[in-house]
Amino acid sequence: MSAIFPKWTNSLPLALGAVVAVVGGVVTAGVALYATPKHTRVGYEPVQPVPFSHKIHAGQMGLDCRYCHNGVEKSWFANLPGASTCMNCHNQVMKDDPLLAVVRDSAATGKPIPWVQVHKVPDYVYFNHSVHVTRGVSCVECHGRVDQMEEVYHAKSFSMSFCLDCHRDPAEHIRPTAQVTHLDWQWSTNEAVAAEMQATNGTKFVHDWKVESLQSCSACHR
Amino acid sequence: MRYILSIALVVLALPVLLFGLAGVQGRISRVPPIEVFPDMDRQAKLRPQEPNHFFANGTSSQLSPAGTVARSEALQTTAGAVYRFEDAPVNSGMITGTTNFVALNPLPVDEHLLLRGRERFDIYCAPCHGRIGDGNGITKKLGVMPAVANLHDQRIVAMADGELFYTITHGKGLMGAYGPLMPVEDRWAVVAYLRALQLSWLGSSDDLPVDQQAAFKK
Ligand code: HEC
Ligand code: HEC
Ligand code: HEC
Ligand code: HEC
Ligand code: HEC
Ligand code: HEC
Repeated sequence: MSAIFPKWTNSLPLALGAVVAVVGGVVTAGVALYATPKHTRVGYEPVQPVPFSHKIHAGQMGLDCRYCHNGVEKSWFANLPGASTCMNCHNQVMKDDPLLAVVRDSAATGKPIPWVQVHKVPDYVYFNHSVHVTRGVSCVECHGRVDQMEEVYHAKSFSMSFCLDCHRDPAEHIRPTAQVTHLDWQWSTNEAVAAEMQATNGTKFVHDWKVESLQSCSACHR
Repeated sequence: MRYILSIALVVLALPVLLFGLAGVQGRISRVPPIEVFPDMDRQAKLRPQEPNHFFANGTSSQLSPAGTVARSEALQTTAGAVYRFEDAPVNSGMITGTTNFVALNPLPVDEHLLLRGRERFDIYCAPCHGRIGDGNGITKKLGVMPAVANLHDQRIVAMADGELFYTITHGKGLMGAYGPLMPVEDRWAVVAYLRALQLSWLGSSDDLPVDQQAAFKK
C-alpha cells in the first residue's frame, strides 16, 4: 500500500510548531516592545516654534521650574509661561536675536506662542499637578530629567500601570517638598544609604502628611 | 530538509528585521503618539492654553471681561480681612485713596511668612538679584544682564515696604512685572524676607541675643 502521506510529513508537526512558536514569540515581543505606551509615547519630541532649551535655562542657569510653570503647585494644570515671563530676561538677553522673534512678537501682540503639548493624558483620566507636587512627588518621577533636555521629550509611559506603580507604594517615591523641583536631588550619593533613607523617611512622610494609596478607579476616572 | 532550513532562517530573520526597522524602544520621534479611540481620548471639552476658534482671540483660556472683579477669599491683614478687589494697602501697596506708599507690611509678619518669602525670593528674584540680594545672580555672572540692582543699596533699604511691593508688582525700568506670576501674599512675603536680608547686612554682632554674642565673637 502506498503511503498517503510522504515520509517528510512526519516532521511537519514539529516544523509547524516551531514556526508558530517563533512567529508567535516575535509578534508578542513586537507588541510588547512597540505597541505599548512605552514606545508609542516615550520619546515623543515635537518640533517647537521656539528652540527653548530646559538644559540652558533650568540646568545651567538653575532657574526653578516654578519661575515659569508658576501654577504647578496651585492648579491641576502646569501652565506654560507667557511671553512676558521670557521677556523679563530677553528684553536684555539676545534682544534682537532671530531665534526669539516669535517670543517678542507674542509679547507685543498678546498672541500666544504656539507651543506643541508633549504630555497629555486621555480626557477620561483625571490628573492633578498640585496634589502630587505638594505631597513631595518630584517632577522627575513623571517627566524625567527635563533639566538635561535640549528639547522636552516624553520620558515616561504615562500608562495606567505607570501611575498605579507609584500609587500602590508612594513611600518609595516621595521626598521633602522643598526638593520637588530639584531634579538631581538624592538623599545621599551612596546608593545603599539613599535607599535606606528613602525607606525610613518615605514611610515617615506618608504617615505625617497622611498620604493615601489611591487605587480605586474613581480616583483617576471620575 | 533544505526547505525547513530556509524557512527557519526567514523566521529567525524576522525579529532582526523588525528590530532593525522599528529601532530601540522609546527612541526620539517627532511623530505624535497614535490614539486608538480618539473620540474617547479627546472629548469635546476645553483644556487650558489650547487653541480654540470659538473665541475671537483663538485660545481656550480667556481673560476676564473688562470691569469684572474677582471676589475670591479675603486676606487676613493686620487691619482685618480685605478682599482682593478693595482699594487697600495690601492690594496696591499704597495708603487707601492716596498714592503714598504704606510704610509697613500689612500682613502679619511671622516665621511662616518669612519662610515663604525666602522660598519665593529664591525662585523669582535670585536668578537676577542673587540669593543674598546683592545683584550677583546667575544672569549677572553670565554677563548678560549688567544693570541688576543691588538690593542692599541705601536707596532701596530706605524705601517703604509699599514701594517694594509696587516695584515687584509692576516692575521698574528694565525689571519686568512679577505681579502676574506671584499672588499678593507671596509678594508681601518676599518684601518681608527682603527686609530680613537687608537687616542681615546692616546688623552687628551686638544685635545677637546676649548669650550668643560671645560664641560669635570668638
Ligand atoms: C532668567 C533669565 C531668562 C529667562 C526668564 C528666559 N531666558 Fe532664554 N536665555 C537666557 C540666557 C541668559 C540665555 C543665553 C544663554 C547663552 O548665551 O548661552 C538664553 C537663551 C535662550 C535661547 C537661545 C538658546 C540657544 O540655543 O542659544 C532661546 C531660544 C531662549 N533663551 C528662549 C527663551 C524662552 C522662550 C523663554 C520663556 C519661556 C526664556 N528664554 C526665558 C535667560 C533667560
Ligand atoms: C524659563 C522658563 C522655564 C523654566 C525655568 C522651566 N520650564 Fe518647562 N517649559 C517652558 C516652556 C516655554 C515650555 C514649552 C516648550 C517645550 O515644551 O519645550 C516648557 C515645557 C515643559 C514640559 C513639557 C510640557 C508639555 O507640553 O507636556 C515639561 C514637562 C516641563 N516644561 C517641565 C519643567 C521642569 C521639570 C522644570 C524645572 C526643572 C522646568 N520645566 C523649568 C519653560 C520653562
Ligand atoms: C505624578 C506625575 C507628575 C508629576 C510629579 C509632575 N507632572 Fe507634569 N504632567 C503630568 C501629566 C500626567 C501631564 C499631562 C497632563 C494633561 O493631560 O494635561 C503633565 C503635564 C505637564 C505640563 C504640560 C501642561 C499640562 O499641565 O498639561 C507641564 C508644563 C508640566 N507637566 C510640568 C511639570 C512640573 C514643572 C512638575 C514639577 C513641579 C511636574 N510637571 C510634575 C504628570 C506629572
Ligand atoms: C511617583 C508617584 C506618583 C505617580 C507616578 C503618580 N501619582 Fe498620583 N498621587 C501620588 C500621591 C503621593 C498622591 C497623594 C495621595 C493623597 O491624596 O494622599 C497622588 C494623588 C493622585 C490623585 C488624587 C487627586 C485628588 O484630588 O484627590 C489623582 C487623581 C492622581 N494621583 C492621578 C495620577 C495619575 C493619572 C497618574 C499617572 C499619570 C499619577 N497619579 C501618577 C503619587 C503618584
Ligand atoms: C492612578 C490613576 C488610575 C487609577 C486608580 C485607575 N486608572 Fe484606569 N487609567 C489611568 C490612566 C492614566 C489611563 C490611560 C492609559 C493610557 O492612555 O495609556 C487609564 C486607562 C484606563 C482604561 C482604558 C484602557 C486603555 O489602556 O486605553 C480603562 C478601561 C481603565 N483605565 C479602567 C480602570 C479601572 C477599571 C480602574 C479601577 C480598578 C482604574 N482604571 C483605575 C489611570 C488610572
Ligand atoms: C530677570 C531679572 C530680574 C528678576 C528675576 C528680578 N529683578 Fe529686580 N531688578 C532687575 C533689574 C535689571 C533691575 C534694575 C532696573 C533698572 O534700574 O532699570 C531691578 C531692580 C530692582 C529693584 C530696585 C528698583 C528701583 O527702584 O531701582 C528692586 C527693589 C527689585 N529689583 C526687587 C526685585 C524682587 C523683590 C524680585 C523678585 C520678586 C526681583 N527684583 C526679581 C532684574 C530682575
